[in-house]
Amino acid sequence: MEERLRRTMMFVPGNNAGMVKDAGIYGADSIMFDLEDSVSMDQKDAARMLVYEALQTQDYGDAELVVRVNGIDTPYFKNDVFAMVKAGIQVVRLPKVESAQMMKDLVAVVEEAEKKFNIPVGTTHVMAAIESARGVLKALEIAESTDRMIGLALSAEDYTTDMKTHRYPDGAELEFARNMILHAARAAGIAAFDTVFTNMNDVEGFQRETEHIHQLGFDGKSLVNPRQIDWVNKVYEPTKKEIENALDVEAAIEEANAKGSGVISMNGQMVDRPVVLRAQRVLRLAKASGLIDEDGEYIEE
Amino acid sequence: MEIKQTALAGTLESSDIQITLSQGSNGIQIELDSSVEALYGPQIKQVITTTLQAAGIDNTQVKAVDKGALDCVIKARTLAAAQRALGTVDEPNWEVL
Repeated sequence: MEERLRRTMMFVPGNNAGMVKDAGIYGADSIMFDLEDSVSMDQKDAARMLVYEALQTQDYGDAELVVRVNGIDTPYFKNDVFAMVKAGIQVVRLPKVESAQMMKDLVAVVEEAEKKFNIPVGTTHVMAAIESARGVLKALEIAESTDRMIGLALSAEDYTTDMKTHRYPDGAELEFARNMILHAARAAGIAAFDTVFTNMNDVEGFQRETEHIHQLGFDGKSLVNPRQIDWVNKVYEPTKKEIENALDVEAAIEEANAKGSGVISMNGQMVDRPVVLRAQRVLRLAKASGLIDEDGEYIEE
Repeated sequence: MEIKQTALAGTLESSDIQITLSQGSNGIQIELDSSVEALYGPQIKQVITTTLQAAGIDNTQVKAVDKGALDCVIKARTLAAAQRALGTVDEPNWEVL
């Protein structure tokens, strides 16, 4: 899977013309157009058409473009997938995934659409939203169900209902699901997205939750409001010390390459591969946060 | 193709356009209500007309209430209204999209 930053995945209601039009201006790493829960039953066709036309003509910059289609057991599913594949969507997100078979069924429809519209087979990626106890327990088989997979996302509202609880400020009710999904994603080499935080008035709670999932190792978070993008990015911003260390590692790699040496050393010590990978991620984050430029030079405030 | 029923798509929210199609016999007749009609009226009507023709509709009365919609929104709402009017919502015409 291509390594890219996925700190923020912003939900955009698919039948809201203004929000679909403006989705690109907030700087989200991923934009997720929603054809499912935010669209009423009698507007499914109109939302599908609106997102389809917007994808054809609007410039969403570097953002990864994702669409949440309606569930595999709904009458809208196939037309949603066909329209989005034809429009060139990058990632199809399937809701309420509980088995690898559901992802395989999705991929079969995606492939049928790619063939119908002369799009190279394999172009369209997929991801799964985990929303139930069964989905959580099957996280690894879902994560490894297809090589089109880019990530798993936890959807806490349905999950906590399934678990006969609800969301609490400390998030203890989500700990097991978060860790299962994260481990499955990491084992499969794909991304892990934390659930949305819907109380826009509780900024402190949002920050606390984001710091927690950042510490666990999530790639990022699904968001319902563009205001939350900067808050998440702030949490994911590397410290000056982390950046300097990463730059040192990068310099050591260059030095080793210049010498034609396979062993990277820094201050007389060998640098392991995990250290290199972490340094590369820190530099990607630092560049995305506008702290350093492409050459690794600090950008003055 | 003949319009089977009067159909509407789109909302009156900002950046949207609401398109209503009803039966007509004298080509595509458009009644446009838009605050930017003086500047963009001909363009909006052009997008609606081209989209309807591509969907195979040559005779219809169109009522369009525009709230500052981009061309892609006008096209999307016109197509949605056309599919509803023709009764083809569940079998989208992929060639027209």
